[in-house]
Amino acid sequence: MQEKLNKTEFNSETLGLVNKIIKRYPQGRQKSALLPLLHIAQAENNGWLSSEIMDYVASLLDIQPIEVYEVASFYSMFNLEPVGNCVIEVCQTGPCWQNGAEEILAHFENRLGIKAGETTADSKFTIKTVECLAACGNAPVIQVGTEYHENLTVKKVDELLAKWQAENKISHTNPYL
Amino acid sequence: MAKQILLNNINTPGLASFEVYRQLGGYAAVEKALKDFTPDQVTQEVTKSGMRGRGGAGFPTGVKWGFIDKKSENPRYLVCNYDESEPGTFKDRHIGQLNPHQLIEGMILGSYALGAKTSYIYIRGELFYVLRIIEKAIEEAYKNGFLGENILGSSYSLNLYCHPGAGAYICGEETALLESLEGKRGNPRIKPPFPAIVGLYGSPTVVNNVETIAALPWIINNGADAYAAIGIGNSKGTKLISACGHINKPGIYEIELGLPVEEFIYSDEYCGGIRNGHTLKAVVAGGSSVPILPASLILKTAAGEPRLMSYESLAEGGFQSGTMLGSGGFIVMDETTCIVKNLLTFSRFYHHESCGQCSPCREGTGWMEKILTRIEYGQGTMKDIDLLVNISKHIEGNTICPLGDAAAWPVASAIRHFREEFEEHVKLQKCPF
Repeated sequence: MQEKLNKTEFNSETLGLVNKIIKRYPQGRQKSALLPLLHIAQAENNGWLSSEIMDYVASLLDIQPIEVYEVASFYSMFNLEPVGNCVIEVCQTGPCWQNGAEEILAHFENRLGIKAGETTADSKFTIKTVECLAACGNAPVIQVGTEYHENLTVKKVDELLAKWQAENKISHTNPYL
Repeated sequence: MAKQILLNNINTPGLASFEVYRQLGGYAAVEKALKDFTPDQVTQEVTKSGMRGRGGAGFPTGVKWGFIDKKSENPRYLVCNYDESEPGTFKDRHIGQLNPHQLIEGMILGSYALGAKTSYIYIRGELFYVLRIIEKAIEEAYKNGFLGENILGSSYSLNLYCHPGAGAYICGEETALLESLEGKRGNPRIKPPFPAIVGLYGSPTVVNNVETIAALPWIINNGADAYAAIGIGNSKGTKLISACGHINKPGIYEIELGLPVEEFIYSDEYCGGIRNGHTLKAVVAGGSSVPILPASLILKTAAGEPRLMSYESLAEGGFQSGTMLGSGGFIVMDETTCIVKNLLTFSRFYHHESCGQCSPCREGTGWMEKILTRIEYGQGTMKDIDLLVNISKHIEGNTICPLGDAAAWPVASAIRHFREEFEEHVKLQKCPF
């Protein structure tokens, strides 16, 4: 587990964005902003949704916390447990499998010494397997934050890992910015 | 070179900017529609064009618009389904990334026809980098008077927003998408009522695919007859095909409907043939959910006619020997491909993506994944093969939404056409590939 404190409030800049998003929906339908707000909350909360941050989102939208929990647990992009700074999501579906996704996943696992679903001891990396990222023409594909990396090879994986190690890659940035 | 109406400018540098799009004649259709057409005339034009929804189901777009409840006092909505996630399908991402104004122009035309004052583009959360491009383009459209109050000085006003999903294939089903847009779990609704009567926030709503909407400017600029002149039979116009797998040139191709499948696979203009000198084994022609066909049946129908890239020709022979055009996700497999393993990845996908509302799908997709895993990894029995067929039959048609069918068809068709390969796995107690 990470020993990081959860920020329970957004700064004024983020609140400005939040209010702009809420206004996109009719009055009384502010719950519509839930998915956008959860994306922002996850980015602001080290890449995962704690119950504390979900309660805060509920308060921003004037809805019950349970309405947030039941939604957060439905969608696969939301992490309900702490993750590493850089979450590597490896597509495993048909066309990526056809083009060597298993080899790519195994290489990430070997290089980082963890299995899919796990986080490195230094909290730098998490590997997740995901289903189709809709980039099948450039398979195999991975997603890191809002970046796609396509046409992957073992060599490209090594290059990416070296780059991310060097820059202490953080994948959970505000996706709107 | 085939007629292109969606991708004709796609390689123009800077196309995503308002300026370049406008220089190439962009937004002329909005000017024309607001000046010369009533909303109903836009709908009539789209109906007459014969365009069918490009998300997969192929329902005529104009007819769908015609169902919108105009007597309701509630506001009406147009929602763009940008939740592209059917394995093998990657065409829509291309449009938003490279030509966002084409989508925005289409949204204005569709919204005007339907009388929508607010419209949304629901885009899968993984494509946030595309969402940012579209939002920037929307901002430009506002600045230039094509969105907002009194567009081009007319009495028509429209607000357009993007809305991200968060990783749920089921939200590509239109009623699940609307639930999701309302901030809920993506559980499909029971139909009827259809969204045209009770849609977003209980209001009349039309949900259309990205490619469908992106074709609207061309139809308004060039007329329904010009559109209907492209294609074959009831398959009018062009279609984006996203081709992937064991081919020399994976990518997104705009074809005139009616192109022979053989030409699509082997011609250098399209897929460029099977890569590394291998031979064609099978094709999933319209996204992972449509029936897989062996090489012999994808190139020619059971009656020996050349198979064409059209709704009708791909469906020729029913599920016994045919398939579907679907979303245009064209997955090609060479002779080194294990059909069982490929199917296992599809079944894992549908199990993962089942929303869990209906027992046949929630339980059945998990059972199918489990049984396929044991066949692939050497613990299967001959009875398992029939058990898979049995489960798929009990899912098909017994669920609220088509995800159940989408999960059942790949299993049933793989066993129908490649049964001996499943049997070989069982006999050898391992994967022969």
